[in-house]
Amino acid sequence: MNDTLIWLVALPLVGSIATLLLPRQATGLVNVTAVATTAIAGTLLYTVAGQGALSYEIGGWMAGLGIALRADGLSSLLLVMTALVVLASSFYAGAYFSKTAERARFWPLWLMLWTALNALLLSGDLFNLYVTLELLGLSAVALASLGGKLAAVQAALRYLLVGLLGSMMFLAGVSLIYAGYGTLDLATLAQAVEPGPVAWTALALMTAGLLLKTALFPLHFWLPPAHASAPAPVSAVLSALVVKAAFYLILRLWLDVFANMVTPAAARLLGVMGAAAILWGSWRALRTERLKLLAAYSTVAQLGYLFLSFPVLLALPPGPARDAALGGLVILALTHGFAKAGLFLAIGIIQQRAGHDRIRELDGTAQRLPATTFAIALGGVALIGLPPSGAFLGKWQLISGAFATGQWLWVLVIIAGSLLAAAYMFRVLGHAFGNRAYPQRAVTVAREEWPALVLTGTAVIGLGLAGAPVWQLLGSNA
Amino acid sequence: MMTAHWLYGLTGCLVVALGLRTALLHATLLHRLIGINVMGAGVFLVLIAVAYRGPGVAPDPVPQALVLTGIVVAVSATALALALGRRLTAEQDNE
Repeated sequence: MNDTLIWLVALPLVGSIATLLLPRQATGLVNVTAVATTAIAGTLLYTVAGQGALSYEIGGWMAGLGIALRADGLSSLLLVMTALVVLASSFYAGAYFSKTAERARFWPLWLMLWTALNALLLSGDLFNLYVTLELLGLSAVALASLGGKLAAVQAALRYLLVGLLGSMMFLAGVSLIYAGYGTLDLATLAQAVEPGPVAWTALALMTAGLLLKTALFPLHFWLPPAHASAPAPVSAVLSALVVKAAFYLILRLWLDVFANMVTPAAARLLGVMGAAAILWGSWRALRTERLKLLAAYSTVAQLGYLFLSFPVLLALPPGPARDAALGGLVILALTHGFAKAGLFLAIGIIQQRAGHDRIRELDGTAQRLPATTFAIALGGVALIGLPPSGAFLGKWQLISGAFATGQWLWVLVIIAGSLLAAAYMFRVLGHAFGNRAYPQRAVTVAREEWPALVLTGTAVIGLGLAGAPVWQLLGSNA
Repeated sequence: MMTAHWLYGLTGCLVVALGLRTALLHATLLHRLIGINVMGAGVFLVLIAVAYRGPGVAPDPVPQALVLTGIVVAVSATALALALGRRLTAEQDNE
């Protein structure tokens, strides 16, 4: 059963090479790879739910020397979200890129990005995490530059330099860890690590590098141009998955590996940065003129909630209360992943049909593209955190944790952020509805419209009504 | 006590700091890219120093393998940055 882990990395990798060699058959190859990888991710989640965490040593080489893959509740949830988002975006991308030459450039990088994401989520040691971070960064930058225009190339180049700086800082931290403890294996390290100057410096360097990659305010400056000028399916995975991968690593390091070193003051610093991200990102989303930039600034804000959870989570005593808050944090991340991916795909359809994404000129979009407008509304429900979306459950847990630990200031930030999110989403919907005749059919371009609907629907209905297993899965973490 | 591998390790830290400074303070692509590469060289120097296990003992192979992988990654990242830089110049000439 444990070799399912290796297939999650091997399948998209083989697919990536195959699409490079056989560009004519690429779209079919991608569909087969995507469906198969998603099925394996689903099987993995089911197995982890039944038996607990899995691990696999590639080629039989023991951890420390060889490459160890591990999957627990947290990583398998993120693997499944990744698979579903990439699957839906792959079907969308097949219709989005109309020229064969465009698709031939896109597919190999697309599957390479998926390989890197899966490898990162499964890696059990710090150096493999560094390599997968770099793989992820390089394929993400190459994909972001496919927008082709000057703005896209400029944004991609800045994205690359920021990413490289982040990975170098991470690597510097990794080398300090090896100097201090002689191991890079996360599980061994969690036992060995002791508070001291070496571990402090290493954690600070690694965290700083990862914060740069996950675009936490005030290190978010590179994200809006890069995410807003990339092609729609690329924006979807960049916002939904790539920034979350760096966040996942911070979560792992702070909660698992360096758990005995994290102080309330450090967690509060992340919380303050998160709060600033929520307010600043939402405000910029409200003021921007372009729909894609709005979605990108909204990502800056939504990442803020994830970091706001740190001081709440670490103030709670380990046990059921902290597990409940962790579940809330994870479901917030999952909901944002599905909702933002769907939102970017829907915006891509509007942009292709109307030739622009200026919010002021969206009049009548609801009549021309009713299903896509509905997808945007559903995405809005999830971003605001209205019931029954998964974000409602997440924010509920976050707020009750903040009250329980007497940190009521965070509650005010969450409420202000949700109101601002409502304002920027209703502004879009207000422009989209106008006094034009309705078409005969609700779905006008089915092949392109359904992925966005399915993704935003999952965020609102799937995670909201069937969110309970998330908490059970995280409970089986050990 | 100051032994040779400490000298290498601390020099590595200094090189990292110098590279970081260039990468952060300069605006041109080439400056920043070289800064990042210098920073990488510093990290590799630290890793090589970490591998030292005393006179007459074979050095730890793990950090050396890490440096090799790191060099490959750094070269490909630099190549991508240079390619994007050329695209940028070409696009700017078109405008």
